Amino acid sequence: MRVRIERRLAQPRWLPVGVPAGSVAFAFAAIAIVLVATGHDPLHTYGTLFRSAFTDDGALSATFVSATPLAFTGLAAAAAFRMNLFNIGGEGQLYFGVVGATGAALALGGGSPGSLSIAAMCLAGAAAGAAWAALPGVLRAFLRTNEIITSLMLNYVAAKVIDYLVFGSHSYWRDTTSPSADVFPQGQAIPDAALWPFATIEGAAGGIALPLGFGIACLAASALWGLYRRTRFGFEVQVIADSPRAARYAGMRTRRTILAVMCLSGAIAGLGGAAQAGNFDHLLDPRSLEQQSYGYSGIVVAALARYNPFAVVPIAFLLGGLKNAGFALQGADFPNGLVGVMQGLFLFSVLGGELLVRYRVRLERRGRGRVEAAQAEPA
Amino acid sequence: MEDGTAVTDVAAAPQRAAAAHGVAIACRGITKRFPGVVANDCVDFEAAVGEVHALLGENGAGKSTLSNIFTGLYHPDEGELELYGRPVVFQSPRDALDAGICMVHQHFRLVEPFTVAENVVLGDHRGVGRSFLVHPRAIERRVAELGRRYGLAVDPRARIWQLSVGEQQRVEILKALYREARILILDEPTAVLTPQEAADLFVTLRAMAAEGRTVIFISHKLHEVKAVADRVTVLRGGRSIATVSAGESTPRSLAALMVGRDVDVARRRQRASGVGEPLLEVEGACATGDRGLPALVDVTLAVRAGEILGVAGVAGNGQRELAEALTGMRPLTAGSVAVGGRRLRNGDPLDAIRAGVGHVPEDRLHTAVAPSLSIASNVVLKSYRGSHVTRGPLLLLRRIHDAAAQVIRHYDVKAPSPATPARQLSGGNLQKVVLGREFSGEPRVLVAASPTRGLDVGAIETVHRYLREAAERGVAILLISEDLDEVLALADRVAVMYEGHVVGEVDPGSATVEEIGLLMAGGQAA
Repeated sequence: MRVRIERRLAQPRWLPVGVPAGSVAFAFAAIAIVLVATGHDPLHTYGTLFRSAFTDDGALSATFVSATPLAFTGLAAAAAFRMNLFNIGGEGQLYFGVVGATGAALALGGGSPGSLSIAAMCLAGAAAGAAWAALPGVLRAFLRTNEIITSLMLNYVAAKVIDYLVFGSHSYWRDTTSPSADVFPQGQAIPDAALWPFATIEGAAGGIALPLGFGIACLAASALWGLYRRTRFGFEVQVIADSPRAARYAGMRTRRTILAVMCLSGAIAGLGGAAQAGNFDHLLDPRSLEQQSYGYSGIVVAALARYNPFAVVPIAFLLGGLKNAGFALQGADFPNGLVGVMQGLFLFSVLGGELLVRYRVRLERRGRGRVEAAQAEPA
Repeated sequence: MEDGTAVTDVAAAPQRAAAAHGVAIACRGITKRFPGVVANDCVDFEAAVGEVHALLGENGAGKSTLSNIFTGLYHPDEGELELYGRPVVFQSPRDALDAGICMVHQHFRLVEPFTVAENVVLGDHRGVGRSFLVHPRAIERRVAELGRRYGLAVDPRARIWQLSVGEQQRVEILKALYREARILILDEPTAVLTPQEAADLFVTLRAMAAEGRTVIFISHKLHEVKAVADRVTVLRGGRSIATVSAGESTPRSLAALMVGRDVDVARRRQRASGVGEPLLEVEGACATGDRGLPALVDVTLAVRAGEILGVAGVAGNGQRELAEALTGMRPLTAGSVAVGGRRLRNGDPLDAIRAGVGHVPEDRLHTAVAPSLSIASNVVLKSYRGSHVTRGPLLLLRRIHDAAAQVIRHYDVKAPSPATPARQLSGGNLQKVVLGREFSGEPRVLVAASPTRGLDVGAIETVHRYLREAAERGVAILLISEDLDEVLALADRVAVMYEGHVVGEVDPGSATVEEIGLLMAGGQAA
């Protein structure tokens, strides 16, 4: 018997659904082995996991809190990756979104109506994220710099900038009024009028609080889908992604489109920053933002969704639940490291399963040599 | 000296084999299926020791699949392979190499930054190739010696990227000789050569055959097959149709076997009754190639409405750069291009499109179309900005679909639907989509670069018909092709390019292939 991995010539219809489902099943089986080996009951653990992610009182509300920023950063990554533009800078662009949104809310003050504040926060957050993404965008479009490196490095710069705004200076964003703030520097909270509302769904599991940000993420997903499928701009993105030479041949302004897509991606991440500030944090909190690393998780979300905007939202929801469940599982007899192992195995299986979408594994009896070319085309 | 003895051995081995068995390689009932197609359907083939055996067939006839089976790349689903009378089963390409079968591919398998000697020894797992320390001098001596013996002059220390295409091909053949190949398969080796270079190659092949090696020569050019082969096996639709003696067959009888019906070989085009005003005017155009070296030098051309100007030349003498410069894809460093009297913006493909310049690029799959996108998307690749398929920024997908369906119908494209990805189309059908798109844009000027390369006889006829019809409608056509027969059959005038210059212009009615060949080789320019 020998094992061969071959490129699939045709993709069966069930494949895009079957492979992820199989991967998840495989992940749970693999995790069960680890759990048994460390003396835990897998069924009990999975039960706790599921309850704390989705069915306990307040579990769904908490999952939405985790899922909202992931949905935005996932969409941001998907928007750029679809054009083979690897914007790893969602992290920094989200920070700038928070800076822009809290800045706008603080500038408008408590006197302005809520809807105006929210709109201003969205605009300012998106603009700030887009501006930060424009840096690697311009470098890539006009100087052909690798955007992976520049956007990644700018994340660290962005982290330093928000640290400076709150811890290193007496900026607009720093709380300079409350007495404790001199000892423990923190961000200036935005006025109550600028807080983003939650829609409450009564009923199951003690009511679910659905944040406005999550709704905006769903709208953004639809808008992105429409933009890429139905517009001239989206058509150009598709062609450039598939063959830059063909795009040039067709007279498309490739550099302009690269810059536009980078800015679009940054704007979505920045919008995520605005939602984070408006719905949950209510201030610029560098420590928390840097610890959560929503931007990097968003790349995983986008990859799992295969860059499909509609798939990004449910996957962000699932990963958000998994993240919360991880917190719930941790305890004296369940070390933090084991949670990490579980999450790692899960992502490894699901991303590894992607291989099977494009390739198939064939077992061959005897040693019959069979080397198929990557694209077996008779001619 | 060790090298010397090795060479005598190579020569001696096939001769001994020749005495023992007449047949070098034979296959019986070879069948190879790919999803959706049977590439080889019960193919029988036999090549003798000391023979040049041509494998003739249209594209898609199964020539490449069969040679991939001979070289161990594919494993046949059914059938047997025999080498010198003994049945063999190749587990991998390495087994085929060990058995003395080497292939010269159409696209060379060479490492550009390496020297000739390094490429020759690369992948060789006997002797020097295997040892940890490489002895470049010994390899270079050996390569030079082989080159002298077979008339394959090439400097063993030259780096591949410095060599012309013809020289690179010699390196590929040297590789096979160095590995002591007893059976050499060449896949369309003359596609990149001048007529003179091709003639030299034939001499080398004959010399190799005379030593008792077997040469399998894959081609779809009838006169070459006549010129070099002893016997010809014709494949059609995956089946072996016949094996005939080259001496007793005519190009016409071979063509009939190949396509299964009688065809007109190279019908001359009637000169268009009246040609109009000059539509495309190129003045002193200069441009650099991908390496930054001058690729176009002071090119001046004019094409009138209703006229086909043929551009002949060996591949890599500036034709691709000329096509790109005319269509705005490559900026000019000097000179100008004007369409209908208006000077085009330099290096702006969109301006060229707006001026009515259609372009059929050489690289069909990655320049002419976005391969993963649908036929529909590719049909509107240039016209997606137009008002007939858009409303504001939105695309009217229904109308795009209809436009594609119309191209499919009108140009007889064999495709399941407008939603089919372009890369799933065969070369001929893809080219029909490209031509359909370019003509639907109602161009005033059409720049067609190698529009029939890799197409089968039927598709070539169709493409030629479309080009003639376009010229009759008054389109000014610049036809760039390495296929001299094609240029002579279609063009009203022929310009010959050599090293970026237009070295001469000839009248296709009176010029001979030899005259043009001399220009292509730089004869006049020197």
